[in-house]
Amino acid sequence: MADSFKFELVSPERLLVSEDVESVVVPGSDGEMTVMAYHAPVMSTLKPGIVTTTKTGGQTERYVVYGGFADILPDGCTLLAESATTVSEVDPNDVTQRIQNAREDVTDAKDAETKADAEAMLSHLELLEKAISMSR
Amino acid sequence: MPSLKDLKIRIASVKATQKITKAMQMVAAAKLRRAQEAAEAARPYSERMGAVLANAAQMVSASEAPALMNGTGRDDSHLLVVCTAERGLCGGFNSSIARLARDHARRLMAEGKTVKIITVGRKGFDALRRDFANQIAERVDLREVRQIAFSNASDIASNVIERFGAGEFDVCTLFYSEFKSVISQVPTARQLIPASAGGEAETAGDAVYEYEPDAADILNVLIPRNIAVQIFRALLENVAGEMGAKMSAMDSATRNAGEMIEKLTLSYNRQRQAQITKELIEIISGAEAL
Repeated sequence: MADSFKFELVSPERLLVSEDVESVVVPGSDGEMTVMAYHAPVMSTLKPGIVTTTKTGGQTERYVVYGGFADILPDGCTLLAESATTVSEVDPNDVTQRIQNAREDVTDAKDAETKADAEAMLSHLELLEKAISMSR
Repeated sequence: MPSLKDLKIRIASVKATQKITKAMQMVAAAKLRRAQEAAEAARPYSERMGAVLANAAQMVSASEAPALMNGTGRDDSHLLVVCTAERGLCGGFNSSIARLARDHARRLMAEGKTVKIITVGRKGFDALRRDFANQIAERVDLREVRQIAFSNASDIASNVIERFGAGEFDVCTLFYSEFKSVISQVPTARQLIPASAGGEAETAGDAVYEYEPDAADILNVLIPRNIAVQIFRALLENVAGEMGAKMSAMDSATRNAGEMIEKLTLSYNRQRQAQITKELIEIISGAEAL
């Protein structure tokens, strides 16, 4: 059995989760990664996606985050999310609204770089929407 | 000398005022509790953010750091973001923030620097528009907002950052009221841009981090976020402070009304007594004359 470590999920409005977990799947902007205890210190930005935590008993919990940061240390993992909810509480309209905004950003983008960023954001969001509807 | 009837009307009206101020005090007390909870709930995020930022800032050499952190290297033009409440009737709360901002702006202007102002909240705009009508670049109105959300703060932050990107100012200062306790709110000025990372790197942060994508990129995202967080915190503290100030202002208003009622009742009774005595004298002297 793997050792557990401290996991915290914080959004600007409140501290959403603070508990001991065995592993966390973090949607890093360069790819998803699974964090377990004694992970090397990493700081990463997050893309919109689903965070999955596994507790010592094996039960899993899923949260939706819309971008932010992960601060990973050997003895703990802190996610500073821009906005976070549990998957069951996600408002589908909110996701649709964000996708709508992302589409506008793509069309409004002035140079190639912002356009690429906006397109990446849009595809992350669309993937997220699919993942949410599948988990329902 | 007001007549008995006038006094009676006065007493009734002061009593009505007292009821209103009392109700406002109780509403403020309830709102204060909620505001305090919101401010406390937001604290972990901003604390962690400070630690992460300090860590990341250590890793990046000054030349690579984003402009938001280094500033433009000049300090010729300033942007003041003045956060006040939307409503009055809260003692000196709004005017003390406005005064701090006004003094600051006057000093900068006396030094020959350009000053621009963004006001958040109606009261700040009202207080500053007379003196700085040409300097106010924008006013943000949060009247319709019941509970301040992070998106309110990030809207203001992206506005500020956009202006910085367009080269409109070199230094940005945030004015708000720090919530010390229910009876004490301290108007505070805090520099937003150039951001100071603060030497508060935690000891556990000695670990050498790996950065994904890399430290400079993370800082590029982190610093605008940090500005939004600071504004968010300022707004929350402001709400808590406003409610605290309103509570104590309404408390003393209620007490003053009570004193006034006492005084008015005393003179009402005195006059009533005088009138009875006068009537008695009239009756007695009339009977004696017979």
